Amino acid sequence: MNLQPATLQKIDEVITHYPVKRSATLPLLHLIQEDAGHISDAAIEWVAAKLELQPINVYEVVTFYPMFRRQPIGRRHVKVCRTLSCALLGGYKTCATFEAEFNTHRGEVSPDGEVTVEFVECLASCGTAPVVMIDDTLHEKVDCARAKALAAQIKAEAKQNNVASSG
Amino acid sequence: MPAAAQRRIIFAHIDEPGYTNDLACYLQHGGYAVLRRSMARPPAELIDEVKKSGLRGRGGAGFPCGVKWSLVDRKSGKPIYLIVNADESEPGTFKDRYIIHQDPHQLIEGVMISCFANNVKQAYIYIRGEFPEGARILERAIAEARAAGFCGPNVLGTGYACEIYVHRGAGAYICGEETGLIESLEGKRPYPRIKPPFFPAVLGLYQCPTIVNNVETLCHVKYIADVGGDAYAKIGTPNNTGTRLLCVSGHVQKPGYYEYEVGKITLGELLYEVCGGPLPGRKFKAIIPGGSSAKILRMGETFALKNKDGTTRQLAVEDIPMDFDTLAACGTMGGSGGVIVMDDSVNMVEALANLNAFYAHESCGQCTPCREGSLWMKKITTRMVHAGARSEDGALLKSVADQIAGRTICAFGEACAWPTQSFVAKFGDEFKGAAETKPSTKSDHAIELV
Ligand SMILES: Cc1cc2nc3c(=O)[nH]c(=O)nc-3n(C[C@H](O)[C@H](O)[C@H](O)COP(=O)(O)O)c2cc1C
Ligand code: SF4
Ligand code: FES
Repeated sequence: MNLQPATLQKIDEVITHYPVKRSATLPLLHLIQEDAGHISDAAIEWVAAKLELQPINVYEVVTFYPMFRRQPIGRRHVKVCRTLSCALLGGYKTCATFEAEFNTHRGEVSPDGEVTVEFVECLASCGTAPVVMIDDTLHEKVDCARAKALAAQIKAEAKQNNVASSG
Repeated sequence: MPAAAQRRIIFAHIDEPGYTNDLACYLQHGGYAVLRRSMARPPAELIDEVKKSGLRGRGGAGFPCGVKWSLVDRKSGKPIYLIVNADESEPGTFKDRYIIHQDPHQLIEGVMISCFANNVKQAYIYIRGEFPEGARILERAIAEARAAGFCGPNVLGTGYACEIYVHRGAGAYICGEETGLIESLEGKRPYPRIKPPFFPAVLGLYQCPTIVNNVETLCHVKYIADVGGDAYAKIGTPNNTGTRLLCVSGHVQKPGYYEYEVGKITLGELLYEVCGGPLPGRKFKAIIPGGSSAKILRMGETFALKNKDGTTRQLAVEDIPMDFDTLAACGTMGGSGGVIVMDDSVNMVEALANLNAFYAHESCGQCTPCREGSLWMKKITTRMVHAGARSEDGALLKSVADQIAGRTICAFGEACAWPTQSFVAKFGDEFKGAAETKPSTKSDHAIELV
């Protein structure tokens, strides 16, 4: 496991929040996923050792909670709300727009590796439906036009990043 | 008569220009004065105020908060924990989000008053994983409060110690159910526990007595500690006291959040006057009044309700006051305060298929009726939409749903059965009719729901 020093420091701190170490399972998995992008087998074993658990104890948690992933995803994560209030105002079309813009299907990484588009369940912002979370940021009232604009922005940012990393 | 005006107690500062979520702003608005005053009182007195207030939980079940607190095992010698349920995952509900993002110190003050009243030394705020920004805001607010002595090792110099930590979920709806939440906080799969014996008040977090309250509930506690239980009980209507945050979404002109005295506004006033009525050229068709699990109401249906004097009265959907008891008497519930509105453009089979996909995805899988039933209800309704309906589908759906409710470990069983039971009962014509029409190849303008 190659975690950044800041992550390791946060991990040690968060364990002190609980009288029972096992409680730190979710916080550790969040910290590792933020750092490493996904939860590998090595990460599961590492968390188990850190919290004095068996790997299966961690594995069963990782596989239950939708937010933890065993595989890397695209550099940007587009999560479109699928549930009723958003669907009533066109959430499915919003999702289809993102899929078309990035030439991908829900749940898959786009061919260029940049974006993963996904359906998620109610994001607790139903009054501003349809809503989309891009990475950690919530976007409200994302109709098709707005979805196209957001997609364009993501593409522009990707281009800039490529220039920066090759230059 | 025009609808009553909003009464903003919990949302007093939400969306107020210039109001920020930092401690300085909260203090300028009199923040933490109620905590200071409360800590000068005997804790039992505070519990009494909450009992007198009649406050009912805002998380979904509407259980009286004072009663919940009086059930806590205080003789075990074990520590007592308080958990704030900030999972906000019932579809249609979006109120706690704004408290967390815009007024986190109001919540922290409510938490600290509740902890002091119940001799709690450790509180956790369990926040849904999809609120990363909210978690950061709460963490910063707690750090500010701690530095200023409003929580931490020596609260307001009294020697009372109480820490608050934020704990993030990871995308599972069942973590909103209080015992699933507790399992999750213990670092496990959020499999709800069976009650009895695992009532949180006795055997909760780490098998210690535990109080689980919703975010909004604890903000009301702060207000009750401020004005007193008797004064609070005068707000709203008898047995349905205080104000309530109502979240309106779906097909209305002005969706959003509104705060009203409980029972002082009818569903019709809320939808036609406050929310501006249906979209142009449309008519309201159906309303889910208390989060997606609440049984649906069909516009045009009426209810015969018993008055106190034994006589009965007829109530139309528009005339239902938005309180716990009347909604329950009409066969549905106030639940989480999430009002989802559907107009005449909606196909009810599709709408149910949408919800069934949610419940099938979210069942934790422990109980066979719920795990299998939620999946089959999804499969049947999805097939009806995409591959053709059969004339017996309505009855089949009903029979599956009827075999879930009452036969499971947790109330998710009811939550997933009620939509199917009520949609089929109230829109049986559409479920029958679905068999006679071919699965639609949708026009480009049609709304897809599943
Ligand atoms: C399936 C299910 C999901 C729930 N989700 C939530 C939720 O997201 N937020 C919440 O506060 N309560 C939720 N509840 C209710 C909690 O179990 C619990 O009753 C509530 O947190 C108690 O707080 P209160 O008394 O302040 O309302 C849920 C219940 C069930 C059965
Ligand atoms: S009713 Fe459903 S969600 Fe609740 S414990 Fe059983 S399987 Fe899990
Ligand atoms: S249904 Fe999309 S945010 Fe609630």
